[in-house]
Amino acid sequence: MPRDFKILEEADLQPLALGAALLGTGGGGNPYIGMLRTRELLRKGAKIEIMPLEALPDDAWVGECGGIGAPVVGVEKVEEGGECHRAMMAVEEAAGVKMSAVISAEIGGANSMEPIIVAGLAGLPVVDGDGMGRAFPEVQMTTFFIYGAKPSPAAIADDKGNVVVFRDMVDMFWLERFARDVSVGMGAGAGFAVAPMRGDFIRKTAVPGTVTQAISIGNTVLSARAKHQNVVERIVEETGAKLFFTGKITDIERNLVGGFSRGTAKISGVGDWAGSEAEIAIQNENLVLWVDGEAVIMVPDLIMNLELETGEPITTEMLRYGQRVAVIGLPVHDLMKTPRALEIVGPAAFGYPDLTFKPL
Amino acid sequence: MIRIGIDVGGTNTDAVVMNGNDVIAGVKSATTPDVMTGVVNALKDVLAESKMDASAIDVVMIGTTHFTNAVVQRRDLAQTAAVRLGLPATASLPPMVDWPEDLKKAIGNHTWLAHGGNEFDGRVISPLNEEELLGIAGEIQSRGINTIAITSVFSPVSNEFEKRAGEIFAKAIPGAHITLSSEIGRIGLLERENAAIMNACLRDLSAHVIEAFRNAIAETGIRGRFFLTQNDGTLMDAAFAEQFPVLTFASGPTNSMRGAAFLSGVHDAIVVDIGGTTSDVGSLQKGFPRQATVAVEVGGVRTNFRMPDVFSIGLGGGSLVIDGPDGIKVGPTSVGYRIKSEALIFGGSTLTTTDVTVAAGNADLGDKGKVGHLDKDLLDRTQAKILAMLEDCVERSRLSPDPLPVIVVGGGSILVNGPIGGLQVIKPNHFGVANAVGAAIAQVSGEIDRVYALAEIGREQALNDAKARAIDAAVAAGALRESIEIVDVEDVPLAYLPGNATRVRVKAVGELHVAGAKNAA
Repeated sequence: MPRDFKILEEADLQPLALGAALLGTGGGGNPYIGMLRTRELLRKGAKIEIMPLEALPDDAWVGECGGIGAPVVGVEKVEEGGECHRAMMAVEEAAGVKMSAVISAEIGGANSMEPIIVAGLAGLPVVDGDGMGRAFPEVQMTTFFIYGAKPSPAAIADDKGNVVVFRDMVDMFWLERFARDVSVGMGAGAGFAVAPMRGDFIRKTAVPGTVTQAISIGNTVLSARAKHQNVVERIVEETGAKLFFTGKITDIERNLVGGFSRGTAKISGVGDWAGSEAEIAIQNENLVLWVDGEAVIMVPDLIMNLELETGEPITTEMLRYGQRVAVIGLPVHDLMKTPRALEIVGPAAFGYPDLTFKPL
Repeated sequence: MIRIGIDVGGTNTDAVVMNGNDVIAGVKSATTPDVMTGVVNALKDVLAESKMDASAIDVVMIGTTHFTNAVVQRRDLAQTAAVRLGLPATASLPPMVDWPEDLKKAIGNHTWLAHGGNEFDGRVISPLNEEELLGIAGEIQSRGINTIAITSVFSPVSNEFEKRAGEIFAKAIPGAHITLSSEIGRIGLLERENAAIMNACLRDLSAHVIEAFRNAIAETGIRGRFFLTQNDGTLMDAAFAEQFPVLTFASGPTNSMRGAAFLSGVHDAIVVDIGGTTSDVGSLQKGFPRQATVAVEVGGVRTNFRMPDVFSIGLGGGSLVIDGPDGIKVGPTSVGYRIKSEALIFGGSTLTTTDVTVAAGNADLGDKGKVGHLDKDLLDRTQAKILAMLEDCVERSRLSPDPLPVIVVGGGSILVNGPIGGLQVIKPNHFGVANAVGAAIAQVSGEIDRVYALAEIGREQALNDAKARAIDAAVAAGALRESIEIVDVEDVPLAYLPGNATRVRVKAVGELHVAGAKNAA
């Protein structure tokens, strides 16, 4: 295996956190705490390699892991640190394999950092890719599960040393349900690892290059700010995204449905969009953008809300009346747009059966 | 009620005397290096101007940047022990992990992790271990530290562990200054812990500063009670302020916005506070500044205080005006407090915004003859630039397309002489001392921030419980119960959690109840 992979450096962490927050499309939690944890690991001497997808041997075992619970719990009950690693070791033991690399379930938000931390603790490389290319709220919504990854054995571990192994799961929906319940029992913040996946499978199903993509987006934002450039414009140029709306939030409505915060944000246009009205449906992430009544972006394509002046990504929990925002859209990776994927992550799966997915 | 409001800023110390809702007198005097001389001078001046006898003053309210500056300048900070209760959780990030190195060094970087803490729903993470805490107390004592900040996971939900640990330390280290994080901040462990540690390291200083304020007031013969203003525009009595100096952070912008609302009688507006070097622009909603929603940094440290959402630009009465190849440049460099010697109208040699305003005939200040030579084109272009800068930040602070008025206050208000961006401009009487007026009219508040399991008690009942607790907190802080209003209710469902757990934040505000104020100076 060639070993000249990029080494994650401390200088990459702030851009990575910023890029991951952006790719979180309003959800996924804040990567700040995870960034500090990764920084502590690097300062203690951990060496973390970022491994390109194509470098993965066919027979390598890859571990997917991430935090599960409520983001607001994560900012208060900071992790013990080894939760995800313990969950992954329990999976290794139950499956009788040793992992060769670690991969993120979702590059968006807080979970961008968790596999990197596991990689640092386990002395493994982290794969440059993930299972979403963005953030989504539920376990089954990764490309891995969509294209047939096994739902078990999986494991969940808490800060206290409790480890629960899910030995035989009928499907990924059952896994999501049980894992969610156990995570609440563990204080709504726990480490989660799923069944080992083979290198050839990961190469075919992972959204490629997303760790380095997040770092690069973050660097774009930081350099634009440093040079007093228009941050939103620079992001659009660098990522191939498109600006769909700028305006001010005029109304936020939130309801709690089935454990998820769902609602809508209304935006009144400014600048080129003066006189227009937009609306964003939010669950934990931004789901659909309507401009003057027409649905112009919808899941699984990425809808990103940025603070107009600074380009700072705004999470759905942080949306407030009066914020000035730019809404940009980025096409999701093709793996997320097949008919099979759309069954799991298309508009209907998020409660919009009347919307037919129109890709960007 | 006769009251004096004082705002101790970096350049000026402003003071006003108010009788009920009337401003009797307002003065500006220079802030002195020792601060107290400036405060005594301001008190004497304002009493003289008001022709009031010192004995007639019921209350003195002070807004000060003293404690913010101590942190920013890393001076007068005590060696502080940071103790966190939460093991085995939180072990991945020690206290002060995100502090600038020099500040960490200034207070010694003494940190301990211990067992304790709660889950979001109140369950215990691990029981408190008294022996472990006694061991830590021994180490703190052996390092000669007398100041302790205690933070427990989810203490805004349950603060019993913090209280118990505080008792243990108080007994083991008699006379120690102890700060509990639950008394200061809200949910967000690192930010709340940071605030608690900053508060703790200011406790030695606060004892001296409060004593000095007390002496300055006594020296002028005033026998009234004495309060400090907090970052949310409400008051704390002197004894409370001594314990919680960190709550004075950012009280300056809040006071000027509250003062602007009071003086103009307009409660929904954009406020532009123009000083010597900068202008602070913020949005006023129902008479209170809109709060920032993101973490606010003080001296390089992230906190989650209730800070006003204020946007600053480098434009003030002392800003330099330079006519260069790219056109007119105004600020951010400023002559600051040296305006009295460096501006052209005062016989200096630096062209400032104030000179341009006087030359254009929009203010009568200094020696107009010294700016007679400035050509009209330069004056026009400079004034257009100033207006464009103000328009830009007013536009950024607007919350709706409604044509809200703009209230302009502060010593640099003379720079504004007409509408900004088509919006009506109000320059109230006493605009130069609006911040001192804001201090004088400050009210008393109580706030709570809790997570409720709505599956158990229902939303209505949870909100009522939260409101009742907030009102009780306001009364405990010195508010007159009958005058209390609930000014802010926010309930945010905790995403990804079944059981409808909801975080509820309620703030109650009332008029100061002088007779009932506890521990007054």
